[in-house]
Amino acid sequence: MKIAVTASGPELTSPVDQRFGRARYVVFVDLPGRTLQAVENRGGVNAAQGAGVQTAQTVIDGKAEAVISGHCGPKAFRALAAAGIRVYLTPPGSVAEALDRFERGELNEASGADVDGHW
Amino acid sequence: MSNPRASDPCLTEDQAASNRSLGASSQAPRQLVVLSGKGGTGKTSVTASLAALAPSKVLADCDVDAPDLHLVMDPVPRLREPFFSGKEAYVLPKLCAACGVCAEYCRFNALYEVQGPRGQRSYQVDPIACEGCGFCLQVCPAEAIKLKEAERGEWFISDTRHGPLVHARLNVGGENSGKLVTLVREQALALAQENGANLVLVDGPPGIGCPAIASVTGADLVLLVTEPTVSAEHDLERAIQLVHSFSLPLAVCINKFDLNLDLAEQIRHLCRSRGIPVVGELCYDTAVTKAQIHGQSIVEHGGSVVAEQIRTMWEQIQQRLETLEKAKA
Amino acid sequence: MKIAIASGKGGTGKTTLAVNLAVALGRQRSAVEEEQTGGQDFTDSREAMDGKVAVGLLDCDVEEPNCHLYLKPQFAADQTVNVLIPQVDEEACTGCGLCARVCEFNALLALPAVPLLLPELCHACGVCAYVCPNKAISEVERPVGQVGAGTVEGLYFRFGALNVGEARATPVIRAVKDLSGAPALDTVILDAPPGVACPAVETMRGADYVLLVTEPTPFGLHDLELAVEATRELGLPFGVVINRAGVGDSRVSDFCRTQNIPVLLEIPDDRQIAEACSRGQVFSATNKQFAHKLCALVSRVQAEIGIATTSGGR
Repeated sequence: MKIAVTASGPELTSPVDQRFGRARYVVFVDLPGRTLQAVENRGGVNAAQGAGVQTAQTVIDGKAEAVISGHCGPKAFRALAAAGIRVYLTPPGSVAEALDRFERGELNEASGADVDGHW
Repeated sequence: MSNPRASDPCLTEDQAASNRSLGASSQAPRQLVVLSGKGGTGKTSVTASLAALAPSKVLADCDVDAPDLHLVMDPVPRLREPFFSGKEAYVLPKLCAACGVCAEYCRFNALYEVQGPRGQRSYQVDPIACEGCGFCLQVCPAEAIKLKEAERGEWFISDTRHGPLVHARLNVGGENSGKLVTLVREQALALAQENGANLVLVDGPPGIGCPAIASVTGADLVLLVTEPTVSAEHDLERAIQLVHSFSLPLAVCINKFDLNLDLAEQIRHLCRSRGIPVVGELCYDTAVTKAQIHGQSIVEHGGSVVAEQIRTMWEQIQQRLETLEKAKA
Repeated sequence: MKIAIASGKGGTGKTTLAVNLAVALGRQRSAVEEEQTGGQDFTDSREAMDGKVAVGLLDCDVEEPNCHLYLKPQFAADQTVNVLIPQVDEEACTGCGLCARVCEFNALLALPAVPLLLPELCHACGVCAYVCPNKAISEVERPVGQVGAGTVEGLYFRFGALNVGEARATPVIRAVKDLSGAPALDTVILDAPPGVACPAVETMRGADYVLLVTEPTPFGLHDLELAVEATRELGLPFGVVINRAGVGDSRVSDFCRTQNIPVLLEIPDDRQIAEACSRGQVFSATNKQFAHKLCALVSRVQAEIGIATTSGGR
């Protein structure tokens, strides 16, 4: 399956970016093989408003089935839910560590936003 | 917690800082945000005094529309960055045929005709009115219009006698969306973690709109500075509504309480009925302006009555922060 | 004549000045009427005031409206202000996603089927409807605030309130400024929100003159400088009103002098005035001296507009 992870860098060793909307990169990983494709999230980083929506668009365009991040705001959540993409939240660590946690079933699926939006 | 900057050379300084700031940490600095609802109740004056009293902190001036805290902090800027937000259209005059189609479609009255020195006509964008939607770009038959990143202000990190100060200024007519406020807060939080400061003290913006919202989300305590006037009381109710909608702990300071004792009592009653502690009551005192004129906070400028009242309030605030911390653990 | 009352800083006394000025002016006009027709009637009914109301007050601080606290109108802000947002016709939509790509505000999300709209992000610019290759987007109304209008204290009064959570005040401010349904007025006072961001600028746009209210303190001076910058960028003639004069020092006066900015009125730091305002009282309604000063202010503004028109502004 294809999974997207918000990250501060383009590698498996890069830290997970805890913020969804303003994450610097969206890293797409094919599981279980872990082949990777990193996309710079310019739209999200630069957006005045709706950064979460822009990042969600990137995730949707990349055809991920699920996304892992640190936190997810209300607009981002709405956008991902509309596309049927499952959201998982992880504590800080590297992309690889987050994927390990996901594969071990340690990450809970988010049922809604866990933080207020950034304005 | 590992240092992300050490492991990833691709990170910019502020990315690394933001990462640290947003990661969970048991030693996270507390965030005290000072708001008012109505402007002019004394928010900045109070914040300046708290800055002088708090032992280990980073200051953030989130009133990016009309920042004032720096006027009594004597800041020495050591970092200055432009702030970009949204886009702005611009016309390439050489390609423009002055057909006016752009102005017809623009819903924000942001395009107008100008005449060059040799009488050549073209259209120009009013950057204050332009919202960066790009409609003009879509309709221009000569492809004479482009969009660019709009520079909407700047932000600074400065050193002051009370610790580092993160502050910013939005350009005239800018859309105060809260993005710059969020940036200032993130930088301040990151600095506090880097320096081991245990408090981020935020001078908040007036109002209850997006900038105010951006300044309070995630705060540990919000201090509302009000005064006994009908307008301030009206705005206090709205500010309380706003802060409660984010489930944040509140405390109130009644400034110039002796201006109208009846209204002051009404405000106390309002706070009691909502379970909001009144942590300070400050009298109307000329010492406030005198201190400002000397570029100092009130508590630094001699032993006035109001300075004592502020010191007492600070003790109350510290106690409140301790109690809240214990409740979390 | 449209006079906007603004300031870089909150709490300088904009609303106090706007309300007191409008009421004083309204009474002056009515007093003239009274002399001519005999009998004065300050009822709030529109019919009674028709033809006698010459002064308007517009509270453009739609985020924190305060004028009504002084005037206590019998009417509420109950007319809805709408903006247009896109609506996608699901039958005609092919899911091409072009609308989402061109939206600069991230208000549309391209999905395999019909796009998702996030209305709170929409700036109502109309680009999406324009670019849709299948003409599948129409525009529908979305409420963002309220306005109210009527007569009170001898004035035509309009005020508005932005719905909590809305990001953009401009559409509601425009609705407050819309005088198409108003009686003929010879003077309109606009109370601007504090600061120099979008809402303040929107209020000032189109005014004949701007009065910048400040206080003679370091904070007052700094924020006055910001307001002067904004007013100059808008190309509007302006003058300064110093409130709480005497409470600080001379830096504001010095600044105005070196910048050739007329100081049209100084209101002393008077405890009586402060206490009256704290109670929501309109001081100029009971104090003839103050009312007279304010009417004289308007005459000076008229003179300044004349000067600005002939000399090409400042």
